Amino acid sequence: MKFAGVVSKVLLPAVLSPIIAGVVALIATYLAYRITARGADGTVKKGFKVGQIISASMVALAHGTNDAQKTMGIITLTLITAGALPADAGPPFWVILSAGLAIALGTYLGGWRIIQTLGKRVSEIQTPQGFAAETSSAAVILVSSHLGFPLSTTQVATGSIFGACAGRRLASVQWGVAGQIAVAWLLTLPAAAAVGAVAAGVASTGTVGTVIVAVVLVGMAAGIYALSRRRPVTADNVNNVPAPQPVAA
Amino acid sequence: MSVNWGALGVVTIVSLAIGVLVVVLVSLALVGLSAREPLRDGELASADDTPIIGHGRTPLSPAASTAVAALCLFGAAAIVLYGLYVIVF
Repeated sequence: MKFAGVVSKVLLPAVLSPIIAGVVALIATYLAYRITARGADGTVKKGFKVGQIISASMVALAHGTNDAQKTMGIITLTLITAGALPADAGPPFWVILSAGLAIALGTYLGGWRIIQTLGKRVSEIQTPQGFAAETSSAAVILVSSHLGFPLSTTQVATGSIFGACAGRRLASVQWGVAGQIAVAWLLTLPAAAAVGAVAAGVASTGTVGTVIVAVVLVGMAAGIYALSRRRPVTADNVNNVPAPQPVAA
Repeated sequence: MSVNWGALGVVTIVSLAIGVLVVVLVSLALVGLSAREPLRDGELASADDTPIIGHGRTPLSPAASTAVAALCLFGAAAIVLYGLYVIVF
């Protein structure tokens, strides 16, 4: 296995990107508050609110340029390995379409629990912070995509949000939540590797193994869905979280 | 193991430059657009309470402030569109 390539092309950018996004968002937020301190409150809020529509759209675009490509790459690599495509083939149209539709469907379904964590539990986010965080995320992801670094939009956006919260006031950030997120990130990669290794081992035994992997996958997905229904987070209750602490701008 | 630090450096510098510049330009534009709104009773003339020369929120006239705001917004839009052009083509 080309571990050096994995480190330099995947692991290092994955670790550095949230930090870079956080620093960019921190500086941008600090400057935004300093500059707009003498602006009219209504104009500033309304302006950043409109700006957030554009910056959020840019994040969605950036999400598509990076995260969707990883899914396409894995499916295409599998097809090449299985001999369904020649070695130098690009992703077929149906792969591009299905990856795009899957990401669009996932975005449409919400991810309300993540929105609640990042939007309400880290800190109470105001429109200048949202605009700065989204602009920073879009810049980091789009530049990385252009240079061929695969990133996680969630991790970059999380770094940006923490940076934007710290840029307004360092004490307003719930660092306990940051610790929980960091632990989850640390566990995700080895856990995914272990599950992938076990699944590959079982599937490689033959058709029965492949069916077992598929059944276990569906069962686990159904179990996770059932667990999430115990305390559902939807568009109706996503904001029903006590504010971390009131902070004067 | 060779790490492409140059490319990572480019990501850092370009992201920092674009992210900060766009936010600063939009912020300046919003201050410029605020010049049309008069200061309310009791509202400080600036964040650190230093007196602001001229029309209250900016040292420029409302018309000049609006023109500067338009320039700033144009600059921010140009940066975003050029970035998209570089990525798409």
